[in-house]
Amino acid sequence: MAAAKNSLEGRRRATDDPLWAKVLVIGTVMAFLALVLILPLAAVFAEALRKGLDAALLAINNADALAAVKLTLITAAIAVPFNAAFGLCASWAIAKHDFKGKALLITLIDLPFSVSPVVAGLIYVLIFGLQGWFGDYLVDNDIKIIFAVPGIVLATVFVTFPFVARELIPLMQEQGTAEEEAAVSMGASGLTTFWRVTAPNVRWGLMYGVLLCNARAMGEFGAVSVVSGHIRGLTNTMPLHVEILYNEYDFVGAFAVAALLCLLAVVTLVLKTALEVVQPGNSGFGRGRGGH
Amino acid sequence: MWRARTLDDDQTMTAETAARRPPAPPSKRPLFRRRSAIPGFGLTMGVTLTVLSLIVLIPLSAVVLKAAQQSPAEFWAVATSQRSLAAYRLSFGAAFVAAVINGVFGVLTAWALVRYDFPGKTLVNALVDLPFALPTAVAGIALATLYSPNGWVGQFLTPLGIKAAYNPVGVTIALIFIGLPFVVRTIEPVLRDAAEDVEEAAASLGANRIDTILRIVLPALAPAWLTGFAMAFARGVGEYGSVIFIAGNMPYKSEIAPLLIIIQLEQFEYARAATIAVVMLTVSFTMLLIINAIQAWARRFD
Repeated sequence: MAAAKNSLEGRRRATDDPLWAKVLVIGTVMAFLALVLILPLAAVFAEALRKGLDAALLAINNADALAAVKLTLITAAIAVPFNAAFGLCASWAIAKHDFKGKALLITLIDLPFSVSPVVAGLIYVLIFGLQGWFGDYLVDNDIKIIFAVPGIVLATVFVTFPFVARELIPLMQEQGTAEEEAAVSMGASGLTTFWRVTAPNVRWGLMYGVLLCNARAMGEFGAVSVVSGHIRGLTNTMPLHVEILYNEYDFVGAFAVAALLCLLAVVTLVLKTALEVVQPGNSGFGRGRGGH
Repeated sequence: MWRARTLDDDQTMTAETAARRPPAPPSKRPLFRRRSAIPGFGLTMGVTLTVLSLIVLIPLSAVVLKAAQQSPAEFWAVATSQRSLAAYRLSFGAAFVAAVINGVFGVLTAWALVRYDFPGKTLVNALVDLPFALPTAVAGIALATLYSPNGWVGQFLTPLGIKAAYNPVGVTIALIFIGLPFVVRTIEPVLRDAAEDVEEAAASLGANRIDTILRIVLPALAPAWLTGFAMAFARGVGEYGSVIFIAGNMPYKSEIAPLLIIIQLEQFEYARAATIAVVMLTVSFTMLLIINAIQAWARRFD
């Protein structure tokens, strides 16, 4: 860059915008992002600390809040590995083989992104709820899915379903099949080929998908809200706990738990930025669809 | 390339496939898939289809079947009741306005990130994804507090006679927050790949910078812009968590369609809830088809 500038001896290139235009664009963008993104983030911490750090910590360090944290961690610990395994499976079948209907299959895997979270919760109520398909069977056998942890996990799996797959499919397609074919032709088994050839190639993409999947799994609200039943200490995840406290006008409590979720978001963004440095060209969520 | 081709052909010489595909020209496509040297297709495809059906497809069909239990007249009455229509109008209207605003500022943000160097660029780049990483309920209570009449921003809007929170304006503000990264992240890679030499050519032929941007750069961005717009719109229509805290949730006035589903559910009106869900799913899938069509149209020019 510096060399190019020197060789032009300070002459402006045709694609360089004048300084006033740069300042105007960057200024507008900064002001917009400050208003839309930074202000809400700052408001969460300001409201959480309104009555001091001790009050905020007290709101987090009580039985109901800790139960919510625990349930959120359990839900993510099931949903994320499940979707990661599915993503690996689907991308192996789709990217490493050639078959008809591939575009349709990819669209179907992407489907949960186009469904409102509330509808995602509703579908499981219609199947496992009291009046649902399996309602009588579940009551007779004393199995609870809706208004219990399994329903929360199911709804979370649905809304985070495409994250890993959509990250891995285009990545594996770009890498082609030559390396795997070479390994197989030299006698490696399918599993060995996957672990020794494919996995090292896609590990950063996999981590990227897992990271986004995890952020959504821990933060999901709408779908989980429909199937949870909001039983304190039992079926409340952290976002649902935030809602309950907020609706009870316990603003310090609500924003203290919200601040904890903000930290999760910040950690996610830091790791995501680090992954983009490790694997350049990974320009965010639009990867599969961005129209390369 | 050549190496891969021979391996492929070797594989076709196994007894089973050789019988199905006699010495036909190798370019002829088989019925379902071309055999490849890489194993595991049956297993991974089987798992993929099973899990996809159990988690996504069969449950989604439940909502359609539930709605179909009603007579067409009942379905139509619920789907087009005054309250439902008001909710669609708000959800679709607010999502559209928010997507338009994101369309403008999203292009500017992507332009600044791709074309300019400025201090804090890495931070800005990371921050753009905040709406993907921040739980929607957190965004919801933060925005409701900011824009309430005595909030940080709301206190300046009230004297101007603007009621932001607990009003359709508030719904739009929440959807701007949710939709921004969709627009930025779809435009960014296209802008990065766009050849600057075309712009240089335009300039050397005498076009001024404004003309170049309006007639060369923006038309090239149009498919990505439309895709980002459609994705932000689709997400906004279904959004729930960030909206309900700021919306006010007054029937006919500031009640979004997803909330209407929850209200019907709480009254155990499952068929009615499913009806509104079917209307929303129809719109979502139409949006998905439009997005795919735009992408196919954009690839035509590659």
